[in-house]
Amino acid sequence: MAVIRDLNKDKMDVVEGSYAVAHSVKVCKPNVISAYPITPQTHIVEDLSQFMADGEIPNCEYIMVESEFSALSALVGSAAVGARCYSATTSQGLELMHEILFNVSGMRLPIVMTIANRAVSAPINIWNDQQDSISQRDTGWIQLYAEDLQEASDMTAQAYKIAEDKDVMLPAMVCMDGFILSHVYEPLVLLEQDLVDEYLPPYNPELTLDSKNPMTFGAFADPESYTEFRYLQQKAMNNALAKIEEAASDFQKVFGRYYGGLVDEYETEDAEIILMAMGSVIGTIKDTIDALRAKGVKVGLLKVRSFRPFPVEAIHNVIKNAKVVVAIDKNISLGLNEGALFTETKASLYNTSIDVPVIGRMIGHGGRDIPVSTIEKIVDEAANVMKSGISVESQYADLKEELL
Amino acid sequence: MSIRLGGVCEPGSTRVNKTGGWRTFRPVYDYDKCIKCKLCELLCPDMSVLEWEDGYFQFDYDFCKGCGICANECPKDAISMVLEEK
Ligand code: SF4
Ligand code: SF4
Repeated sequence: MAVIRDLNKDKMDVVEGSYAVAHSVKVCKPNVISAYPITPQTHIVEDLSQFMADGEIPNCEYIMVESEFSALSALVGSAAVGARCYSATTSQGLELMHEILFNVSGMRLPIVMTIANRAVSAPINIWNDQQDSISQRDTGWIQLYAEDLQEASDMTAQAYKIAEDKDVMLPAMVCMDGFILSHVYEPLVLLEQDLVDEYLPPYNPELTLDSKNPMTFGAFADPESYTEFRYLQQKAMNNALAKIEEAASDFQKVFGRYYGGLVDEYETEDAEIILMAMGSVIGTIKDTIDALRAKGVKVGLLKVRSFRPFPVEAIHNVIKNAKVVVAIDKNISLGLNEGALFTETKASLYNTSIDVPVIGRMIGHGGRDIPVSTIEKIVDEAANVMKSGISVESQYADLKEELL
Repeated sequence: MSIRLGGVCEPGSTRVNKTGGWRTFRPVYDYDKCIKCKLCELLCPDMSVLEWEDGYFQFDYDFCKGCGICANECPKDAISMVLEEK
């Protein structure tokens, strides 16, 4: 599985990541956009409001609200009347949406939202890590993580396709690292309207709020039926596993670009050490792998594109023959001292016949730079695990002891 | 009954979820004191105070949860809360 890019340079523009995503939203033809600006998501919704002001998004309402709680609440009503909806947020703004995130997924409203991943307070920090979206992992939203601008842009259209599928009907977050992706300029192909029209059919919900045929959304469920609602949401998540793969290969047919489905692989075929990660750190890891491969180190990468649903089978297929696996996380579960990707990968191996040691390394919190040297250090530690077993299961790879 | 996607249902379906079973105290009217001011009807959070043709009120015990708001707000103390007995 390799990344396939359309390298037609004539079609490329150099734009900011936020603009690329806003453009993708525009060509997906949303009916309602509601958002509250928060760094580093701001440029996305600014660009969208500019498109609105210029009349570039027909048949769309832009609702200005006083908080993220309201932004998502407004979309609950809008999606219930059958509108294709969009919002974007990050960090504290996403946490402020927490209650409504459950409402959206429970009501099975396929809203798409971009998360410009950022650290959460306190201490206040506006830079990138992935604690914000990881903290919302159990809210019933699909979570996709993008490596670079082209992928974040393309993933936005894929997210609508997955979310609105009749067998899924779940909301989706497209997670892109704040600043690193949202504020960087890169050459990419902006989604063409005619191709998006071919790829993404109009949203056509079976049930909507309609005064001529009244319905109740978000009604009461007593102990006799509540469990079954959760069961059905999980079933939809299971369905999404195949739909995420499908959305990626359909995208390739129309646009000629492919980044893997649930996961992607880089130099894994004969790899003894496999690093796993999500988001923009993938680029740095690939560069490190290139350098280490030149020195004969058998190291590869498992890129996780979908964190929810968690692609257990796809992950197992890649790591089952490795000698050691390192899950690299930009988040921490406080009280466990582990990142989410590590915990879940490790847990998924229990009760299976796959016997591969897994260690976890946490990096890049609060926007701390992730140099190649940090990844090399992690690979060294993994090599030691092969020789003498696990010494430290999980820890920060970039802790500054001198500050403590 | 099977669950519809997202639990969307027809209006009026909450009628079958009778919530009066949670009640410990039930409100009881003293019609001699009632001046038909309608405050109890207005303030009941569960629409459990029903107006009758004579202008007086009755409680819909299928849905009254016994919160006592009606009794508390009645300006004439015409409603008393009585312990439910089996
Ligand atoms: S006790 Fe509460 S629920 Fe019952 S009728 Fe009075 S106000 Fe309504
Ligand atoms: S609030 Fe009291 S006085 Fe007024 S209508 Fe109800 S019972 Fe009668």
